[in-house]
Amino acid sequence: MKNMSSWTKKDLLGLYELNKEEIELILDTADSFKEISTREIKKVPALRGKTVVNLFYEPSTRTRVSFEVAAKRLSADVINIAAQESSVKKGETIIDTGTNIQALKADIIVIRHDSSGAAAMLSRHVNISVVNAGDGWHEHPTQALLDIFTLREKIGKIKGLHVVIVGDISHSRVARSNIWGLTKLGAKVTVCAPPMLIPEEIEKTGAQVCHDIDEALKSADAVNVLRMQFERDLKGAFPNQHEYFKKFGITKERLEKVKKGIIVMHPGPLNRGIEISSEVADGANSVILEQVTNGIAVRMAVLFLVSQGKEKP
Amino acid sequence: MKEKAKILDKVGIERALMRIAHEIIESNKGTQDLCIVGIRTRGAFLAERLASCIEKIDNNKVPVGILDITLYRDDLSLISEQPVVHKTQIGFDISDKKIILVDDVLYTGRTVRAAIDALMDFGRPKEIQLAVLVDRGHRELPIRADFAGKNIPTSKNEIIEVRLQEEDKIDEVVIVERD
Amino acid sequence: MKILIKNGHIVDPANKIDDIRDILIENDKISQVAKAIDTKSDKIIDAKDKIVIPGLVDMHVHLREPGREDEETVFSGTKAALKGGITSVLAMPNTEPAMDSVENIKKLKDIINKTAQANVFICGAITIGRSGKELTDISQLKKEGAIAITDDGASVDDEILFLKQLKNSAQEKILVICHSEDKLLSNNGVVNLGVISTILGLRGSPKEAEYKRVERDINLAEKAGAAVHIAHVSCKESVGIIAQAKKKGISVSCETATHYFSLDEELLMGYDTNLKINPPLRTKSDIAAIKQGLKDGTIDCIASDHAPHTQNEKEIEFDRAEFGKIGLESSLAVSVTELIKTKILTWTQLVEKLCLNPARILQIDKGTLGEGKDADITIVSTDKEFIIRREEILSKSKNSPFIGKKFTGKVEYTIFAGKIAYVGANYR
Repeated sequence: MKNMSSWTKKDLLGLYELNKEEIELILDTADSFKEISTREIKKVPALRGKTVVNLFYEPSTRTRVSFEVAAKRLSADVINIAAQESSVKKGETIIDTGTNIQALKADIIVIRHDSSGAAAMLSRHVNISVVNAGDGWHEHPTQALLDIFTLREKIGKIKGLHVVIVGDISHSRVARSNIWGLTKLGAKVTVCAPPMLIPEEIEKTGAQVCHDIDEALKSADAVNVLRMQFERDLKGAFPNQHEYFKKFGITKERLEKVKKGIIVMHPGPLNRGIEISSEVADGANSVILEQVTNGIAVRMAVLFLVSQGKEKP
Repeated sequence: MKEKAKILDKVGIERALMRIAHEIIESNKGTQDLCIVGIRTRGAFLAERLASCIEKIDNNKVPVGILDITLYRDDLSLISEQPVVHKTQIGFDISDKKIILVDDVLYTGRTVRAAIDALMDFGRPKEIQLAVLVDRGHRELPIRADFAGKNIPTSKNEIIEVRLQEEDKIDEVVIVERD
Repeated sequence: MKILIKNGHIVDPANKIDDIRDILIENDKISQVAKAIDTKSDKIIDAKDKIVIPGLVDMHVHLREPGREDEETVFSGTKAALKGGITSVLAMPNTEPAMDSVENIKKLKDIINKTAQANVFICGAITIGRSGKELTDISQLKKEGAIAITDDGASVDDEILFLKQLKNSAQEKILVICHSEDKLLSNNGVVNLGVISTILGLRGSPKEAEYKRVERDINLAEKAGAAVHIAHVSCKESVGIIAQAKKKGISVSCETATHYFSLDEELLMGYDTNLKINPPLRTKSDIAAIKQGLKDGTIDCIASDHAPHTQNEKEIEFDRAEFGKIGLESSLAVSVTELIKTKILTWTQLVEKLCLNPARILQIDKGTLGEGKDADITIVSTDKEFIIRREEILSKSKNSPFIGKKFTGKVEYTIFAGKIAYVGANYR
């Protein structure tokens, strides 16, 4: 399983532009890093003297903390910048902020932004590494990598698996990154949602579409349950959140009808009783907390690899 | 690159390891609290072999671990080829243990320095001893081998290649000269 | 002042010339077009191996003045036009204030008189403030010099209101230029709706937003008996609808912009905001349909849709960046590279699209090299490749996706009103 190809990129902007070997290299490297978090002294000196800046334009405690822990376990110095909603007309542009961070001699910028393409734009204007921690509806590569890592660890392989992603696919960067990563590694991906939450021509990207969750789950090895933002996503599609839960919520009753060992993932934070029942979230099929643990290893691997990479896209 | 001389063949390597095993047991007065940690890649294979040599002599199986020192290297930003990080596997508590650190070639001492740092992050061993198959000189740090299979004076233009069955499909040690 | 252009390959479809000729310019008029003119002149331009065409007429240009002089001015825009071989432009009315009143047009006319370096024709607005609510007085606008009307950037959603203005325009014999977009359907889209918008995670604008409105605009024009011109046609379906309308004898003309036959949506994968354009870049099959429409005559002309924006408005998040790209300095080169080199159009056809047809649609006496006509002439070299460089752009704004790209079809001389107004670097 060990992968001998080498990493050359200075950035991680998305999984769309990575090939199978590069994704596997990240997963293999994460595999090696996972052990570090089990030690008494959870720290290695790999990024000693390097500075990682978490530049977050959207509030996100989980992802930010996960990157921070990952960077610190690699001995990097971490600076968190909560750059709230940058207005277009006033305030500093992302590019100005980025070049300023570069002038501080930071080494890696981890960026979270509500505009698709924000990480790519930042990357074009700085020479230091850029890691996308989620941009608009575009990509959230480290979330997908940790999902895939967890699946691979649980099942042993990705090729040939059938993974269902359920929820608001249209507005989900997690869904997109998962589709690219999983299909490149040879898994079959079905996206499941009411029609208005499925993006245009998604089937052209290699994902299959199903509007019936029970049908989709029939042959699934795993289901990735997206967080539903009722106010934003579901207005118009459903009269209320209970209606969504009835039609698409992942419940014990639903899982009883499908493969026994089906793996249930969720990127968090959970909306119990909207997209997932508490029984399932806390049940035997759930790997939700393992995802959190694996997130550290995956992000350590990403930070380490990009810090070694030299190629800008 | 051309091969200049073969220093050890299969039998030579076996003899060297057996002698080191004897020396380790003798200087530690047995195998009490002893464990072996090999440095990836070839040090790990030599560690396994050394453990079985010790078992043959003392009839006692000492624990063996594997150390990947990539994350502790002091030249990460200098090397051009991206290193691949492999797993560190030390399945036992090293606190108060006597650790025999094993590598194939002792050269500048930087790898051993990194390995010692890495080990220290796992706990507080009683002592660390160093066993290598070949000591070729040119140290850049105050580090020496406690056990060496062979001392070979080399020039900096030469490379010592240790080839092991597990990785290279042959057991031998050769001197190669850079063009 | 006499200028003699010798040995050039003249392409002048209005006079059916596609051959080596000399051109003699006296003062601001073309006085003679013939083989081997031998007369004394103040200046001889050797146009051997060059193509000599009428100065281009670009009927879709945003000069931004008055109001957004930080983006472009009449002066900088017309300077840029001359560099691109364009000697006449139609200035879009979406300025601040919009060209919706006599007073505003007077103000613009004054600026033009003082600063324009090429012909600037004025386009009035269809509605006050281009807000689609209240009609402008087009007879007044026309009297003041507007030669067409449009709310470019917006379409008049209110059908009854629009029909009324179309009827007025039929009476006033003034051309109505339609920005055909149904904003309900385009739904704040920033790129073409499809697999690319899905991959990029950007809001998509469906082709229906364009072609359904093209269909409506043509139907209303037919009802009103007015002449309409569809601006910036970008998709296959629009081309089909216009072809049908023309076949039925409806008085409709249309233009496409250079980017709709040279750039497709797949280029957006890097989120280059200079490729954020409205209507959005479409698919490869739409590009093929646009080229076919140019070839078969459905599409009458090529415009630049020159839309200058400052760096502040473009080098920001993709969804927040302004729409549009500049094009005055590149439209001829892009057309030659994409349409002549690929043998989709002949030079004669291209000159129709870039010079003659827009002049005819706007009913201005331009776009030809006939004797006695205004001496607006462009001399183009087609043999060598050149790269468009940011530092050479004359427009105040630099938002061009063509920077760094290789083209053929370099403007060597632009003669405007009998004077050499632009000389390429090779001849300076």
